[in-house]
Amino acid sequence: MRRSAFRRSRGEGPFRFATTGAGILLLAIMAAIAVFLVVKAVPALQANTSHFLTEKVWTPNATKPVFGIAALAFGTVLSSFLALIMAVPIAIGVALFISHYAPRRLAGVLGYVIDLLAAVPSVVYGLWGVIFLIPFMQGPSTFLNTYFGWIPLFAGDAVYGKSMLTASVVLAIMILPIIAAISREVFLQAPKMIEEASLALGATRWEMIRMSVLPFGRPGVISAAMLGLGRAMGETIAVALIFPATFDIDIRVLSANGNSIAANIANGFGEATPIGQGALIASGLVLFIITLVVNMAARLIIARRKEFSGAAA
Amino acid sequence: MAKQIEVSDLDAYYGSHKAIEGITMTVEPRSVTAFIGPSGCGKSTFLRTLNRMHEVIPGARVQGKIMLEDQDLYDKDVDPVSVRRTVGMVFQRPNPFPTMSIFDNVAAGLRLNGRISKSEAQGIVETSLKDANLWNEVKDRLNKPGSGLSGGQQQRLCIARAIAVSPAVLLMDEPCSALDPISTLAIEDLIAKLKNDYTIVIVTHNMQQAARVSDRTAFFNLAGQGQPGKLVEMDETSKIFTNPTQKATEDYITGRFG
Ligand SMILES: Nc1ncnc2c1ncn2[C@@H]1O[C@H](COP(=O)(O)OP(=O)(O)O)[C@@H](O)[C@H]1O
Ligand SMILES: [Mg+2]
Repeated sequence: MRRSAFRRSRGEGPFRFATTGAGILLLAIMAAIAVFLVVKAVPALQANTSHFLTEKVWTPNATKPVFGIAALAFGTVLSSFLALIMAVPIAIGVALFISHYAPRRLAGVLGYVIDLLAAVPSVVYGLWGVIFLIPFMQGPSTFLNTYFGWIPLFAGDAVYGKSMLTASVVLAIMILPIIAAISREVFLQAPKMIEEASLALGATRWEMIRMSVLPFGRPGVISAAMLGLGRAMGETIAVALIFPATFDIDIRVLSANGNSIAANIANGFGEATPIGQGALIASGLVLFIITLVVNMAARLIIARRKEFSGAAA
Repeated sequence: MAKQIEVSDLDAYYGSHKAIEGITMTVEPRSVTAFIGPSGCGKSTFLRTLNRMHEVIPGARVQGKIMLEDQDLYDKDVDPVSVRRTVGMVFQRPNPFPTMSIFDNVAAGLRLNGRISKSEAQGIVETSLKDANLWNEVKDRLNKPGSGLSGGQQQRLCIARAIAVSPAVLLMDEPCSALDPISTLAIEDLIAKLKNDYTIVIVTHNMQQAARVSDRTAFFNLAGQGQPGKLVEMDETSKIFTNPTQKATEDYITGRFG
């Protein structure tokens, strides 16, 4: 038999086997976890005497369990989006300053500090929030309530330091470094050639950034923001310390209302009955689905303008 | 309006490294001036001093004087941004904005100069693309990304983008070196046409190209390894290629070195 010049090379077999095996193993583990969680959640959902998706109250440990995800999911989404709205513009500004404005030495130091901040455990931010931010927020909250009280978000007869807003601020500070760090990396990768193209047309530095750097970095910044959003939604301990832990749907972020799925799990899992644990696991699955949906939306946004992404250049 | 450039005793540095030294020359309006010389002799560096693009590189600086008609480009009160709006540039590798459509690429410079109406932009984009001999190829896909064009088309798109803002001078740094022969010819035709309206300076590695497209040619050379590049001689292109004054020029154009 003639030996083919395109023979599969030796050693590829075991490698193929190892990578395929690892992939299958990973999928199997994930499936096992999912099955386990669903199995735990189902009896609780069956014992529920209210509607899980629309009920606000969370009393799964009672002899007649009543619980629903509505208030918790609302709090998760609202606090995370507020955090994102606060963090992203600042993160982009910081990233641009480091990548395109700061002198090289300062940029190096700042970049390092941001990386450090991104690595700080979230409980540290939570404790800082409790000790410093809750008392501190009284002032700015009163200001917002007095002058912007006509906006439903800031409405209310009284303001509290331990509020949805304070939790969102802690989340924003927590996710800011990671968004800034990734954005900086992305901005640094903007092609010099394209930056020079705009400068040679007579663009100022800011115009150059708008023409060449931001459009190029857009998908990366969106991905960074989604990563930050995911962290904010899943954040547990930092906000468990700060949320008022009520079960109301309240758009007024300065009021003494606010909670999130993750915070509620952290606060409640210890004393939960088996039904209570199942209920919390069900809420965790909802959090997972919300995160998944948000990520898919982000991918759609990125894919929509792929043609113009610069990937081809 | 095409303008004359007068350079006197110009040095350019990268940090402490002096890349070019003592360059003095006059570039005539409504003509094509070619820069030739071996790699690394500072042709690109010199070209970039003419629109103050040299100084965007960290640590890079310039000494000497460049007059564009009666305006000193390196005067303290001159904003480099406004210099670059008057002196356009085309780069060695085509660099259309990848995130913009063909239309927006050509209109990019116009929008920098302030608000312009949509119809005004449409008019200028069309004339610029026509002047760049690209209109017929792209008129049906103006909203498609510029990065989808062929290399030669991209380079003509970059030329259209540069001339859309009606500069006085057009600088081209080896605009054909990344292109195939057909696209190269298309660009050379375009240069011959554009010289009626602009002062054109073109760096080229290709001696035949210099001979074909330019009216005057400047030959640059290095005195030695690590030495700054210098202008050896500058004259009518026909004279440089048939009867140069300097021995080094003759050696270079006959292919004896470089
Ligand atoms: N960005 C840069 N930083 C430092 N030195 C540079 C840079 N660009 C060019 N040089 C140096 O300047 C000299 C002239 O280069 P260049 O102008 O690119 O020559 P040419 O275009 O004639 O090939 C070379 O010695 C080169 O190494
Ligand atoms: Mg060069």
